[in-house]
Amino acid sequence: MENFLYLLPEVFLFVVATILLILGLFIKNIRLINNLAIISLLIGLILIINQPYQSIFDNSYVIDEFSTVFKSMILIGSIASLMMFISSKEDLHIDFYEFPILIIFATLGMMVMVSSNDLLSMFIGLELQSLSLYVLAALNRNSLLSSEAGIKYFILGALSSGLLLFGISYIYGFSGNTNFNLIAVNYDTESLGLLLGIVFVSAGLAFKISAVPFHMWTPDVYQGAPTPITGFFALAPKVAAMGLLVRFLLNSFGEIYLDWQQIIFFISIASMAFAAFAAIAQKNIKRLMAYSSIGHIGFALIGVACVSSEGLRSLVIYLMIYLIMNIAAFSFILSLKRNDAYFENISDMSGMYKNHPFSTILIALMMFSLAGIPPLAGFFGKFYIFVAAIESNMTFLAVIGIIASVISAFYYLRIVKIIYFDEPKDEFDGFSIRSLNILFYTSSFLIIAFFIYPAPVISVAEYAVRSFF
Amino acid sequence: MLELNQFLILSALLFAIGVIGIFLNRKNVIIILMSIEIILLSVNINLVSFSYFLNDLTGQIFSLFVLTVAAAEAAIGLAILVIYNRNAGSIEIEKINALKG
Repeated sequence: MENFLYLLPEVFLFVVATILLILGLFIKNIRLINNLAIISLLIGLILIINQPYQSIFDNSYVIDEFSTVFKSMILIGSIASLMMFISSKEDLHIDFYEFPILIIFATLGMMVMVSSNDLLSMFIGLELQSLSLYVLAALNRNSLLSSEAGIKYFILGALSSGLLLFGISYIYGFSGNTNFNLIAVNYDTESLGLLLGIVFVSAGLAFKISAVPFHMWTPDVYQGAPTPITGFFALAPKVAAMGLLVRFLLNSFGEIYLDWQQIIFFISIASMAFAAFAAIAQKNIKRLMAYSSIGHIGFALIGVACVSSEGLRSLVIYLMIYLIMNIAAFSFILSLKRNDAYFENISDMSGMYKNHPFSTILIALMMFSLAGIPPLAGFFGKFYIFVAAIESNMTFLAVIGIIASVISAFYYLRIVKIIYFDEPKDEFDGFSIRSLNILFYTSSFLIIAFFIYPAPVISVAEYAVRSFF
Repeated sequence: MLELNQFLILSALLFAIGVIGIFLNRKNVIIILMSIEIILLSVNINLVSFSYFLNDLTGQIFSLFVLTVAAAEAAIGLAILVIYNRNAGSIEIEKINALKG
């Protein structure tokens, strides 16, 4: 019974989601339900920060520095996407009260993922998250694009769960345990079955973080899903799956890291290189963001491949900066509106500079940050990653990363060029919605101000790493 | 007496059939749903046989969880399929191509 006290944030969010689900039947005010969801996520954030560290349920669920930091990032991502939802629900035909509830359930799944220290709790958390996300992708049920995104995401997501489970069964069979720490004690280094298990589980998780060669769903789902949901896909699930990958690899196979380091090495290079080239031809901003997130995941994976405390620290810093940059990017995409209709084509942004001089400066800075130009936050994220790579004798990864980052600067700068120098089109009426403006200006401010005072981010990252090294 | 290897070969074959079914099938999405079920059931065979040969109950409990999740997944998959069919008028895989670039 004591164990449940340590689960307070999770239990709280679960109870809130259930109450809101019932409340939604009687109250037709979706805005109220959404605001209640945002408030309860904020309370959840406070509960998470004040949670005592403990491993519970026979060490299958761990609450430590790492999980606290990752859960906070996940909750911030969820709150941001709820704020995006409230600004656009009527225009995008997704004014269902289920949206905030599904987000809370997905968040709950992700919280279980980053805390799990057992194959079973990992699987349950992953499925709770995935099942909510399948429904969210297809939420706009009258749109062909949204339901197609849902079906594609479902098929590939279910396949990846299958791969993951197959790997889990082999790890269980060849080590005799499902607990990460017990697996680490009991495996036989010569066993081929265990290696097969690691490969399959890594492939399943690579699907969830959309790393090449398991990225096929990302552009289609990002484009088809309604924009606030695309924002959610880019924010929270990536962070959660990355946390799970780190804990799975380091806790259970930290000793034999040479075996899985090559896998991470390969998918990291492939993601960076693929995203840099594939994004160049994109015309739709959401597809572009999909390729951009594949590339960013490639950079973040360098931090995992280092298998050192610097590597992990730079990974956490990178993920935090990635989260902030994507909040800015998606609140910008949701502000792209002309004559009361949303547009997604990059060429339609031409001449935005004329209508909104101040906001476009921030957009340009955000694009520079995504491309990694100093002194913005995105540059420091990449900087720490490359330094960690060089310190762990992985200079090759750093070189590929820098080349990919230079190539990918092209498609970010192209947007800046279209906004500033192309012939203006009709008047553009964005930046009039309060909740989006709060998100956009705060996150832009953080991107710009990061270099003045980076200490909090770095100390949080160092704090998170304490669980492993 | 059957050996562990025989169970592993059976489940690997079923797994391969499931994966091939997803990638080679050009007809309709229902077959993909069936292939996903085959994959999950092959995992269950693995878990239960490992559990039996290791004399450890965890695998069997795990397989019950897998069954439950598979049922939820199938329900959600069919629901998405129904709304897709309503919007597109067909569930042929070759026609699922509104999103590309």
